[in-house]
Amino acid sequence: MTARKSEMPKRRMDIKTRRAISGYLFILPFILGFLLFMVSPLIHSLRMSFSSVEISPQGFQLSWNSFQNYIKAFTIDPDFTRLLTEEFTKIVTHTAAILVFSLVVAIILNQDFKGRAFVRAVFFLPVILSSGVLVGLETNNSLMSSISSLIKENSNIQLSDTVINILRLSGLGRGILDEVVNIIAQVQDIVMASGIQIIVFLTGLQSISGSLYEAADIEGCTKWESFWKITFPLISPLLIVNIIYSVIDFFMKTDSEINNKIRDAMVINMDYGFSSAMAWIYFVLVIALIGICSLIFSKRVVGNNA
Amino acid sequence: MRKQETALPNGYHPQSFWTRNKRSHGYLLKREARSKAYKFFRFLLLFAICFLILHPVLDKLSISLMEERDLYDSSITTIPRHVTTENYSIVAQQIYYWKALFNTFWISVLVAVLQVAACTLVGYGFARFEFPLKKLWFAAVVLVIIVPPQTISTSLFLRFRYFDIFGLIRLFNNGEALNLRGSSIPYYLMSITCMGLKNGLYIYMLRQFFSGVPISLEEAAYVDGCNTFHTFWKVILPEAVPIIVSCMLFAFVWQWTDSFYSKLFLGGNTLLSMEVSGISDRIANYFSTQLGIGISLGRRNQFVSTATLMLVAPLLLVYLVAQRSFVESIATSGMKM
Repeated sequence: MTARKSEMPKRRMDIKTRRAISGYLFILPFILGFLLFMVSPLIHSLRMSFSSVEISPQGFQLSWNSFQNYIKAFTIDPDFTRLLTEEFTKIVTHTAAILVFSLVVAIILNQDFKGRAFVRAVFFLPVILSSGVLVGLETNNSLMSSISSLIKENSNIQLSDTVINILRLSGLGRGILDEVVNIIAQVQDIVMASGIQIIVFLTGLQSISGSLYEAADIEGCTKWESFWKITFPLISPLLIVNIIYSVIDFFMKTDSEINNKIRDAMVINMDYGFSSAMAWIYFVLVIALIGICSLIFSKRVVGNNA
Repeated sequence: MRKQETALPNGYHPQSFWTRNKRSHGYLLKREARSKAYKFFRFLLLFAICFLILHPVLDKLSISLMEERDLYDSSITTIPRHVTTENYSIVAQQIYYWKALFNTFWISVLVAVLQVAACTLVGYGFARFEFPLKKLWFAAVVLVIIVPPQTISTSLFLRFRYFDIFGLIRLFNNGEALNLRGSSIPYYLMSITCMGLKNGLYIYMLRQFFSGVPISLEEAAYVDGCNTFHTFWKVILPEAVPIIVSCMLFAFVWQWTDSFYSKLFLGGNTLLSMEVSGISDRIANYFSTQLGIGISLGRRNQFVSTATLMLVAPLLLVYLVAQRSFVESIATSGMKM
């Protein structure tokens, strides 16, 4: 250091400042993008949600109308609150189902059996098959949506109906049963949505040393106990990663009804203020959900090395 | 069990399964039965789930190869009796397949390269340098991951409809702002500044990877007189090739099927994802206006299946070749918080 400094007396910066400057240079693209295409649209859209927007060839004018758009969303619009609650229960049940499913699958995939590589490849395939426009390609056209109810009525669901009836008669709670039935009906969606989560859990499982299980086995632990005492605590940091990933993935689905509503309000009705208000309500609720989940689960995390 | 007999040490008399079972008071049989049953159910479960995933693809493949009369023949369910590639040629003609494929390919490659190049720089910056407000900026990355594009799409839409940088363009353009809607420049700008599709995730993955590279590599380079950028270019980047490739693959695939950003920014180009999403109504239109015949629902569905396959086929090919790269990127970057 001293040798270099004497060579270049003009430069008075010490290594720490220089490193800091190069650090900033490296993340410069992100800072620019964040300020230009994230912060300013965010602030702008927040402002729009509190105003009514007038479009003219010269540009657009915002006139402040305080909480009008929000009040409209919650009290005047007939669909929004219903869609919001529906979407939210869906997010919660879906995420829970994805977590359980992907953990079970990851545990199975962590065992040794023939054709494991093939199964792993197939399980990851949904990451490609269920991305972007591919979701709902068949149901997202005018004709299909108009007859979808017909298909539902005519298709062969008698068997599951009988099972449901038997379970209902045997005195199971109706609310829980409906949720379980719902999840079973959506099993395909859940499988298609858990490609990344399975791999994340699998990575976590593979990093757990086998000697832990051996020791537990010698001490007389059953498999069930060693799952809860070894696997679960060690994998819980990944739980929150997967929760966040699943929630966001679900949230960003372009074919959900609420996102369609937000888009329609913008593109068809040109009601930009109302559209952004709805988007913000939805966004804030999802952030709150993620926050609550991280609070609950970060307490359980043992060795949190960020 | 029989095979082991030759390898057994002296003085040990191999016993049949049943005698051993008797000596263990039935425990051995129970254990064996349990493990066999478990294996059977595991196989069943895995088979069912694999079937669930692969079935739609196989189903589409078989439907797309059928002639129209096969659709109405109830004795045919999976294997077509009259194989034809006519559906493919009709769809290809309707969605300008080769042109769209070419466009989609180049745009996806370009976008993937731009996004991952920017994200690599940023990821390295976060992994290796200490600078003021680092925590804040990293929180910004997390925010980018969390904020869904829907929230800001309205204002992005308006922003690029009336594009302006500090009022400069308005000044030189007779008070009119620039209309960048329909042009793809905004999206390239967003790609190069890490604001494209799921870019926060790539930054996160790359940062995780770079944090795991031993710091002694760089120290050796510094001692040998490399400057910071040179070290990054010559020493670190070659190390990171696998993870960069897999990030690019993700970016490529997700861009290929994306409809959100494509609709918002790339409307001017003939893109596969856009063309395919409107295929059903377009086919119906084609049949009624050009050929003067109605089209049945089954046939319409057949064309949708064909188009979907044509959209997915190149991706499946990429996945087949680079399967390891996809799966292991997530594994090696160790998505740990």
